[in-house]
Amino acid sequence: MTDMLGQAETDYERVQNSAEFQALKRRFRRFVFPMTALFLAWYFLYVLLADYAHDFMSQKVWGNITVGLLLGLGQFVSTFAITMIYAHWANTRQDPVAERLRRHIEEGASLDGEGA
Amino acid sequence: MSDSLRSLLHAATTEDVGSPAVNLAIFAGFVAITLVIVFRASRNNKTAADYYAAGRSFTGPQNGTAIAGDYLSAASFLGICGAIAINGYDGFLYSIGFLVAWLVALLLVAELLRNTGRFTMADVLSFRLRQRPVRMAAALATLTVVFFYLLAQMAGAGGLVALLLGVEGTAAQGAVIAVVGALMILYVLIGGMKGTTWVQIIKAVLLVIGAAVMAVWVLSKYGFNLSDLLQGAIDTAGEGGESLIQPGKQYGATSMSQLNFLSLALALVLGTAGLPHVLMRFYTVPTAKEARRSVVWAIWLIGIFYLLTLVLGYGAAALVGPEAIKAAPGGVNSAAPLLAYELGGTILLGLISAIAFATILAVVAGLTITAAASFAHDIYASVIKHGEVKPDGEVRVARITVVIIGILAIIGGIFANGQNVAFLVALAFAVAASANLPTILYSLFWRRFNTSGALWSIYGGLISCLVLITFSPVVSGKVDPVTGDSLSMIKNTAVDFHLIPLENPGLISIPLGFLLGIFGTYVGKVRADSAKYAEMEVRSLTGAGSEKAVVH
Repeated sequence: MTDMLGQAETDYERVQNSAEFQALKRRFRRFVFPMTALFLAWYFLYVLLADYAHDFMSQKVWGNITVGLLLGLGQFVSTFAITMIYAHWANTRQDPVAERLRRHIEEGASLDGEGA
Repeated sequence: MSDSLRSLLHAATTEDVGSPAVNLAIFAGFVAITLVIVFRASRNNKTAADYYAAGRSFTGPQNGTAIAGDYLSAASFLGICGAIAINGYDGFLYSIGFLVAWLVALLLVAELLRNTGRFTMADVLSFRLRQRPVRMAAALATLTVVFFYLLAQMAGAGGLVALLLGVEGTAAQGAVIAVVGALMILYVLIGGMKGTTWVQIIKAVLLVIGAAVMAVWVLSKYGFNLSDLLQGAIDTAGEGGESLIQPGKQYGATSMSQLNFLSLALALVLGTAGLPHVLMRFYTVPTAKEARRSVVWAIWLIGIFYLLTLVLGYGAAALVGPEAIKAAPGGVNSAAPLLAYELGGTILLGLISAIAFATILAVVAGLTITAAASFAHDIYASVIKHGEVKPDGEVRVARITVVIIGILAIIGGIFANGQNVAFLVALAFAVAASANLPTILYSLFWRRFNTSGALWSIYGGLISCLVLITFSPVVSGKVDPVTGDSLSMIKNTAVDFHLIPLENPGLISIPLGFLLGIFGTYVGKVRADSAKYAEMEVRSLTGAGSEKAVVH
């Protein structure tokens, strides 16, 4: 991809094996994988209800506002909420660590006593 | 039926709605302003990074707005408003699927892709795999998605012009499609990604403001009470109007149509994060953090817009009525413009129509630059020239590609004129979800994944989609039971070679694409390059070694 040759690649491997990077990766996966499973499950629950539970979705809660409409609007609310939760989490928890590792690789800033 | 509506219907059936001169004047104003901006933006188009990625110099909010401008296509504005007006609740599903899909992009794709790629989707897919075969496959998948999407946009242009100018003749509509295509070529040729981005930003702002004004206007007629608006829609529809607020009007008829609904839902939610023109937008910002901000902005803008279309769709059902919409030239896609005319007369119709035109123009521009980048950067520079090509040579090829794609889009648009635009877009989403997304996710998250897995997944997803679409009722054999007219792409009802009743291939092709990726990986036996995987993984999460912004 870039002009980094053998030595830089071993540096990537060294960072990959570092405790700090492994922790960063674990935290990332522990956040995004369950969150993805959650919103997909909630989305498909909604889709299956809209597809096969017409009577339930057509029940009126108030005036002409049906259960289906409320659940549909609920998808909007959950999407906005997950977006803001993730952005806040990534800004505060992940970015500082990622930035330190990036500086270590690109500028040789000290991480574990070994420069690039 | 109100007097104004009767006069509108009269106008729609005899000559035209509103004043074509006003519509054209407003649209010409938009074109003039954006052209000036595109010319100004083109001054710094020196390198490939400038031309494809706007020098990576846009901010998150700017890019997020442009993403909304790219994503809120004619299908969103015209197609979804029409779908809600005619089919009520079932039309709402489109917007929910289109929105929730952005979480896949936000959580799993945007930042990692920004950190590992340069210009195209194939950059990421081929990062740690064998360059030439994977790039070729990814480029073909990109071009296919863009082709379907472009077709949908150009068909929308034809439908819109039918309504605005009362042009029923195929030749006259074709001429207008050609004008839209020519303008698009001009924007992309001169402005590159920077010009395209500004057109998308301006259009997104206009579109959201226009939709908001109309939605508030509609709600004000019903005392800002959503329930009363729904009652208005039910009353206008007459007998059986209750079905507008219940699910199943479009997809509930048979168990087959219920499966179509499920297939569509799957394709919508997994397709977005595999759309090449959306992915390419993440390269226009300097860092992964800005890519994240882009998506946050995009999700808010897109979500708010879809909430507005819910009001507009039911507003069109209540104030214009499903029968009047179906009878108008342009059919389902004319719901939003007809509503504008009902609310604010000739001037509002002109404004909304100009915004709709701008929408088509901005989206086709984004699609065209994506296809051009994919051809020039992936196929020409990497596959044909083995990477031995001067940067300006690549950009020159990209510009030639722009012209060719523009001409193909015009021809395709004339052919697809009259198709339901939201539906054609759904096909593009199916290809994106089946051929692109599995390989993107596997190469980012699965250490064992290899070249063989990528090729199986991309070609398997792509080919299964194309085969399923070709032999589906979308291409041949779907006949309107009432009128006897063909509802398929092939208008001759005598031609019928459909074998698969499923109208959207997603339900079969998406799981297939994911499974073939696993299958191919184990069949290929080649061990993944662990050094390259280390580089990709570290780069994707930290941004080390990622492409930096161009400083002029």
